[in-house]
Amino acid sequence: MAKKNKAAEVAATEGENAIALHETAGLSQGQIIRKRFFRHKPAVASMIALIFITIFVFSASGIHLGTEAHPITIQGWWKYSLTDIPDTNFCETSVGCPNADHPFGQDPIGRDYFALVMRGAEQSIMVMLIVGLIGGLLGTVIGAVSGYFRGWVDAVLMRFTDFIITIPSIIIGAVLGFKFGNLGVVALAIYLGLFSWTGLSRLVRGEFLSLREREFVDAARVAGASNFRIIFKHILPNAMGVIIVSVTLMLAGAILLETALSYIGFGVQAPDVSLGSLISEYQDSFTVSPWLFYWPGLLIISIALCVNFIGDGLRDAFDPRQRRRITRKDLLAATFKKPSSEA
Amino acid sequence: MLAFIARRIGVVLLILFGSSFLVYNLEAIAGDPLAELRTSSAKNRDFLMHHLIMQLQLDVPPPIRYFSWLKGVLGVFTGNPDLGKTRDNLLVINEISAAIPVTIRLVLGATILAIVLGITVGVITAIRQYSRLDYTMTFISFLMFSLPIFWVAVLLKQYMAIDFNNFLASGQITWPWIIGTAVVMGLVVAGLISGDRRRVITLFAGGFVATIVLLLVVNATNWILKPGLGIVGVGLFAAGFAVGLTSLIVGFENKRVLYASLTVALTAVIAYFPLNAAWDGKSMNAAMLLIPFVLLILVAVGAVFGFTKVDRGSALRVTIITAVFASLFLLIDRLMTTWNGYINADGINLRPIPTIGEVSVRLSSDNFWILLMDGLVHVILPTVALTLISFAGYVRYSRASLLEVMNMDYIRTARAKGLSERTVIVRHALRNAMIPLTTLMAFDFAGVIGGAIITESVFGWHGMGTLFRAAISTQDLNLLMGVFAITSFMAVMANLVADLLYSALDPRIRAGK
Repeated sequence: MAKKNKAAEVAATEGENAIALHETAGLSQGQIIRKRFFRHKPAVASMIALIFITIFVFSASGIHLGTEAHPITIQGWWKYSLTDIPDTNFCETSVGCPNADHPFGQDPIGRDYFALVMRGAEQSIMVMLIVGLIGGLLGTVIGAVSGYFRGWVDAVLMRFTDFIITIPSIIIGAVLGFKFGNLGVVALAIYLGLFSWTGLSRLVRGEFLSLREREFVDAARVAGASNFRIIFKHILPNAMGVIIVSVTLMLAGAILLETALSYIGFGVQAPDVSLGSLISEYQDSFTVSPWLFYWPGLLIISIALCVNFIGDGLRDAFDPRQRRRITRKDLLAATFKKPSSEA
Repeated sequence: MLAFIARRIGVVLLILFGSSFLVYNLEAIAGDPLAELRTSSAKNRDFLMHHLIMQLQLDVPPPIRYFSWLKGVLGVFTGNPDLGKTRDNLLVINEISAAIPVTIRLVLGATILAIVLGITVGVITAIRQYSRLDYTMTFISFLMFSLPIFWVAVLLKQYMAIDFNNFLASGQITWPWIIGTAVVMGLVVAGLISGDRRRVITLFAGGFVATIVLLLVVNATNWILKPGLGIVGVGLFAAGFAVGLTSLIVGFENKRVLYASLTVALTAVIAYFPLNAAWDGKSMNAAMLLIPFVLLILVAVGAVFGFTKVDRGSALRVTIITAVFASLFLLIDRLMTTWNGYINADGINLRPIPTIGEVSVRLSSDNFWILLMDGLVHVILPTVALTLISFAGYVRYSRASLLEVMNMDYIRTARAKGLSERTVIVRHALRNAMIPLTTLMAFDFAGVIGGAIITESVFGWHGMGTLFRAAISTQDLNLLMGVFAITSFMAVMANLVADLLYSALDPRIRAGK
């Protein structure tokens, strides 16, 4: 057993060396990053889990767009919907406890809780994706333009960014959510996205400020490339790391913001449900019917946790500074080891 | 530098003007303050509507109404600011000044705790990168990062308040709890100190047995119901901090620093009885809580100048931190002796941890310590919830920052010239690693005033967050703008302070360039 461990350790260090050697042997940037990402076990596991949760939720609940008056709906495979009120299942201590027909139990009215939770998760994931898309696009474009052109364009755009930053996101969310919550979750998500790009744009700007001074940009300019082409074809791929990492963090923030808004009643409005509104509605029945409280919370946590771990894995993959640091012990070990990996 | 600050303040004012204009109009257009009255069936509906229109100047278009609001706010410069009136005809400024102390009480402790704990854990995990402890803490901090506070709050109410109150009926820790706590403590001890397998097992066993013995003593002395440190406990803790901090910051080669910090601990012991006598006096007030802090810090400064001649900066740091902690232990000891009186007081009846509210309504006592205790137990749950949430951010940031610094060339230089690992980390790495965290801290302290909307709502506090919620749901424009003006002002000032601090701490960054 111990021998096996030793062998695994040797293989691991060799794997690390191998990757380091490959870098010099001419792997493309994408391949190196993919390799580094797949070495981050929690991130890979989270990615698989998140994909599974997303597919499961959307297939179970279906997809609901549009407003209450004009719904655009694709039905999911789960037999109950939000409005169905099947017979309540009675058990010893409380009503509506989980059974085979209702795996998550039933709420006090008798609605199937699995359907409610899946619907809530569908809303949350939808908000997360839309906010990520809009916020990511806006932040990237604004940051890129302001970092690339500098001068007055930069000044105007960055003051505009400061201006949006002064307005706390929960205030914006509450004002907009209170007014537009009944327009459905997509509208809410779009509004949230319109105000969540500020941090990203600052980061992208910083990255562009340093990248635009590099030789490859001069080369592209000499070759006659337009500004548009230089920004999007030459500089942007080099700033992708910062963008992807920051967008994943934005996603995790978005899901927590949406659930928090719905919790205080400014987000998704009844009769529609969200994970936040479910918790807010059933928190008092925690002692009697704990399943009403646990399921939505567990879903929020698992989605946010997966996204955070994926973000961490991506940061490790993109940012070589975060690689294992060389300690005194390593230096000693390296000094007294035969230089086999040098070849 | 002055020109830079002046220019920045100019820009800040412009931004504040713009964002308040935007929010004012957004809310004025989005919300309809008359909505409720429109559907009402009261006989005098039209009169009420007319009255409200006149009171809130709703007949004036929002962009123009904004300027009359702004004129009132600009009264700050002449000494009589006017933030307008709420729908219920109350002065907004009074509402806000009543809410701010509540909010500060709620959030300040949690912010400080999160910063101290978060940075400590972040630094430890960075030093022990890729250890079991690091992996565990990384997982825990990610978990906390992903927790919705309203969900945690409900769990805390159940397990930290209701169940703890039930437990107080007997006050005896049961065996499953003793074993569980001992296992956790053993793991923590084993995780903190690195070593080979044998040493880890020894450490685990040591932590495990020590915890069991400690908890049995707690049970035997009925400590949960009648806690206290006593003069011995205070002395031991203070001396422990003196020795620990000395070894951590300057090391034992410099004996004089150790003598200076032990002097502080000794002073705490000598001051124990006179201080408690003073605190028990009739004229006890909040300012008197500061006595040990002032006294011990003065002793700390005196001891440093008496004992040491070189490197007084580090010595001061050691002794002053020791003084602060020794004073805290004196205070904690006094509070502990209040505990039994508090839980048996009328209106508490052995259920001390409340799930909601700011003070116990039914408590009738004019004893300073009982009232202080009452305020403290009400802060416990919100503080734990808020600390859990923001702690994770500090762990992540301080760990990443320290790791980045540890890869720098100057750290290699410091090691190459033969400095001890402690000096390298404390003097070279840590100081530089903390610079980026100033931004985060500045924003967190600014956020203190803004409050925690969700936390206030879960725990039933009436601070800024509650005002804000009320303003949104009753369409109270002036109230909303009042809250917004304060929070956004704090946010931009934090931004400015962070920039200035940054350039002061890091000479490579030049402000204004």
